[in-house]
Amino acid sequence: MVGIITYGAYIPRFRIKVEEIARVWGANPDDIRGGLGVHSKSVPDMDEDTATIAVEAARNALRRREIDPSEIGAVYVGSESHPYAVKPTACTVGEAIEATPVMTAADYEFACKAGTAAIQTCMGLVASGMIRYGLAIGSDVAQGAPSDALEYTAAAGGAAILIGADDPVAIIHRTCSFTTDTPDFWRREGQGYPRHGGRFTGEPGYFRHIEGASRLLMEKTGKGPKDYTYAVFHQPNAKFPQRVAKVLGFSPNQIKPGLVVPVLGNTYSGSSMIGLAATLDQAKPGDTIFMASFGSGAGSDAFDIEVTDAIESDTFSRSAAPSVAALLEDPIYVDYAQYARHKGKIVMQK
Amino acid sequence: MRDVAVIGIGCTPFGEKWGSSFRDLFVQAGTLALEDAGISGEEIGAMYVGNMSAGRFIEQEHIGALIADYSGLATGHIASTRVEAACASGGLSFRQAFIAVASGIEDIVVAAGVEKMTDVGAGASVDALAGAADREWEGFVGATFPGLYAMIATDYMNRYPLTREQLAQVAVKNHYNGARNPIAQFSQEITIETVLSSSLVADPLRLFDCSPITDGAAAVVLAPLEQAREYTDTPVRVLASAQASDTIALHDRRDISTLDATVAAGRRAFSMAGLSPRDIDLVEVHDCFTIAEICAIEDLGFCRKDEAGKLTWEGVTALDGDLPVNTSGGLKACGHPVGATGIKQVCEIVSQLRGEAGKRQVDGARVGMTHNVGGTGATVAVHVLGV
Repeated sequence: MVGIITYGAYIPRFRIKVEEIARVWGANPDDIRGGLGVHSKSVPDMDEDTATIAVEAARNALRRREIDPSEIGAVYVGSESHPYAVKPTACTVGEAIEATPVMTAADYEFACKAGTAAIQTCMGLVASGMIRYGLAIGSDVAQGAPSDALEYTAAAGGAAILIGADDPVAIIHRTCSFTTDTPDFWRREGQGYPRHGGRFTGEPGYFRHIEGASRLLMEKTGKGPKDYTYAVFHQPNAKFPQRVAKVLGFSPNQIKPGLVVPVLGNTYSGSSMIGLAATLDQAKPGDTIFMASFGSGAGSDAFDIEVTDAIESDTFSRSAAPSVAALLEDPIYVDYAQYARHKGKIVMQK
Repeated sequence: MRDVAVIGIGCTPFGEKWGSSFRDLFVQAGTLALEDAGISGEEIGAMYVGNMSAGRFIEQEHIGALIADYSGLATGHIASTRVEAACASGGLSFRQAFIAVASGIEDIVVAAGVEKMTDVGAGASVDALAGAADREWEGFVGATFPGLYAMIATDYMNRYPLTREQLAQVAVKNHYNGARNPIAQFSQEITIETVLSSSLVADPLRLFDCSPITDGAAAVVLAPLEQAREYTDTPVRVLASAQASDTIALHDRRDISTLDATVAAGRRAFSMAGLSPRDIDLVEVHDCFTIAEICAIEDLGFCRKDEAGKLTWEGVTALDGDLPVNTSGGLKACGHPVGATGIKQVCEIVSQLRGEAGKRQVDGARVGMTHNVGGTGATVAVHVLGV
């Protein structure tokens, strides 16, 4: 059965509080916190980018399970902030984990769901027998323009999921997608920050697509919200995943383990995958997980996942890499000036 | 001058209608109005359409021709005219249609209003709306509509005993009414606390003091009263049509807390109808901001200048009060597609006078008034309708 062989996450240690950003722009922090349900967001260090975060996440995944990296036949990195417009992040990751040279690789972009699209690609390659293992990564140092609503949540982090068919810690029984051409959020070549349609990103974007993919999956599997132990949804803020969970019939307890956005912020391509990692961190054999990502533009990938005995077997060691909760512990808070420096928002004299 | 009646009304649901284009909206409203009147397109002599800023919102001008075309009436070469007076465009469209029928030049005339506001972002929308004020003396120095109405509210509250809670009650009441109107943008009731805890937009106005950005269209069909019964058993007479102007910039006014154009249009309307404020059973006023409803009730002569807050708080303007104000939910809760608002007000009054307003029906309503404002009060249209 095709599924998750191992997984890992990475989150930079720096954080900025929403009230610090609000202070700079003269906004009311209570309005922002109340409106988004987010208190802080992660900030990359000065030398961290999508590639380094992807490498860290991949290494954390490989720490948990003894895998011969040369048997990883595909590496796909989904991101909105690949360091190069031309030159794949995936090659850097492949080299860093010693999966090169007999592998295929590519960078993916589908706003916040490129990482889950990579999972689907790897599932297909594994199921067809083309590769033994495929590594799917969602990683971002998310961009949000100064003073834009996005700046309060755009965070940094990533997760890596190794897909294979040999003794997975979680089986992915089924996946399906719901995709349309919906321009709710975009960034053109050369632009530093994405633009978005404000409230248009909600109903016609996030909700239509996540509900579409989720209902389609439940229709195909014949399962309902009550058949799942946990659920994970893309989390651009805390309000959206809670609302979509309620609309679909999932309880607050089902989404609680994976809802990391209040302290982490929105890690774009990392968002739903870090939520899945946080859920796997505490899952037991037999637990079932429903996951639906969302990418603006727009689409959603939904997954029907079942945790196996392997997650507690000798071949897998969850504690060999930090849990998402551990990655979120002990943050170093920065002020806006340090944040601006870390994010390269301060233009240096040439 | 001939007597004129409304023989058909139609209104789209109001809201963020991302799935409907400008032309979808007006075709929908027009079709509803023609069906309601039981007439066919060939019977229409002329059309007027209120629209504030399609040029800015959807980069389309020449709206009269567009509407004639997409209504299927272009090949009949119907007379179709766009009317623009910022947020009062709908009210003036209705008045132009009334004049056309009353004068005897046309028999069956459609008055419509449409605005598609969500194809641009909020910033572009706010800037387009700022064109309703004086661009050189207000817009260029940073004044926005919430800012201008906040100045009115500040001045008003300094001079008259209006409390913050009384002002909030305007929004609470209008959301209550909107929750009973199937076409309203907002279907949820709110509390005073909802208003007071919402984001500050322009002190003292908070988010829930402000009308929203809305897509929507409305249309009505007018006919000479003597022909009206051929089409409907429930014609609603247009008892008065009045319009007035004032300085476009707020700072040039005699008194910024009194909309003199409202006072003038109101007086003309009462005079034309031969009625006084106590004869009005219900009124749709232009509550683009909560303070605007307070001013409107007073400036139309329904109470003394300083009393509207108290009367609102006491429930006099509520659905079951002595003078129900904004039974549709007003601009605040029903929504404010600027060019369509004046026509939607007429639709609401006609529904009420026909006894077809459902859960928000005012018992025994026989005479209603509409009050539509452009900008901060530089254009005002007031109409009185009765059965």
